[in-house]
Amino acid sequence: MNIVATFRRKKFLVVAIALMAAALAYVLWGGLEQNLVYFVTPTELLAKGKPAVGNPVRLGGVVVPGTIQYQDNILTFQIKDETHIVPVVTTNTPPQMFHDDIGVVVEGSLQADGRFNAERLMVKHGNEYRPPQEGEMPQEIYRELQSGTQP
Amino acid sequence: MKKICIVGSIGFLMYAQYYGLVVAPSDRMMGDVYRILFVHVPAAWMTMLFFFFSFIGSLLYLIRRQPRWDHLALATAEIGVVTNGLALALGSLWGKPTWGVWWTWDPRLTTTALLFIMYGGYLMLRQLLEDPERRAKVAACIGLLIFLNVPIVYLSVKWWRSLHQVQSSPTTMDPAMVIALRLNAFALLGVLSVILYHRLRLARALAERDGAESLPPPLVASGGEK
Repeated sequence: MNIVATFRRKKFLVVAIALMAAALAYVLWGGLEQNLVYFVTPTELLAKGKPAVGNPVRLGGVVVPGTIQYQDNILTFQIKDETHIVPVVTTNTPPQMFHDDIGVVVEGSLQADGRFNAERLMVKHGNEYRPPQEGEMPQEIYRELQSGTQP
Repeated sequence: MKKICIVGSIGFLMYAQYYGLVVAPSDRMMGDVYRILFVHVPAAWMTMLFFFFSFIGSLLYLIRRQPRWDHLALATAEIGVVTNGLALALGSLWGKPTWGVWWTWDPRLTTTALLFIMYGGYLMLRQLLEDPERRAKVAACIGLLIFLNVPIVYLSVKWWRSLHQVQSSPTTMDPAMVIALRLNAFALLGVLSVILYHRLRLARALAERDGAESLPPPLVASGGEK
């Protein structure tokens, strides 16, 4: 076989193996503290204090029942964990599953006034799958928010 | 017999799909969109299963040095890459209406995408190696290494905070949905097994052809070649 071709092949092989090893290493050890903490909780965010203001972060928690308000294309609600509550403001259209007591993850940053400005709103679905109870219409629970109706 | 297997497995898959689409009830939160689960979850299970077979093939090749184990590692990796891509694509389609996004870099999604890239890389790498024995040896080593990511994918939702939900179990699902899910998992396994059988035959035939071609020693002048 041509020596140059062999050399190219080997180089390519080494690069391919190195890439795969790097990908694996990234999964195993890559920035375990930062990249693998997908979201912080309200308690963790508030514990950071002032430095947290303005820094982009993902915040995860449960929607506090009765706090969802939808007015003039601005959606406000509060999310909580066991001990702390953070009010959230967003212009995003929430997915149809969005309602009281559901888990959400929001991307954005904490403002100086203590409100969290969310650029992206994601709903966390649990691992439960149940048929509708008697008289329940799934289409009614699973409705659009865009018309401005309260969920 | 082969035809019966093909028709039978496809027929079973169609029945399982019918069960998932029609017989299983809709979900009280998600309505009908949750039915994507009946393909998404079996595809993810088959990905892990076939990559495990690929791992076994790689391991046995290194122990026994028989081409058939290399063929097994290759064929199962190819099938796993297809189901891996299917699980990713369907998960994305499901994510938009339920989570609100097509994609997010959550641990489960990130590790699954890396799995797809790793096994895609494994298949590409095989193409670069011409000598069958060397290819089998190198591929087997890599096949062992990249399988490490499969348990990481499975456990990612338990180890780290993620948007993706943890595994469901029969206690968190309606019994009819559990049946539909199991039917679809076995149906997909059936179809993929038929494909695997034919892919292994193809691999063997190709190896025989290549072996026959190289049998008469090529008339290369010894040394002195520029």
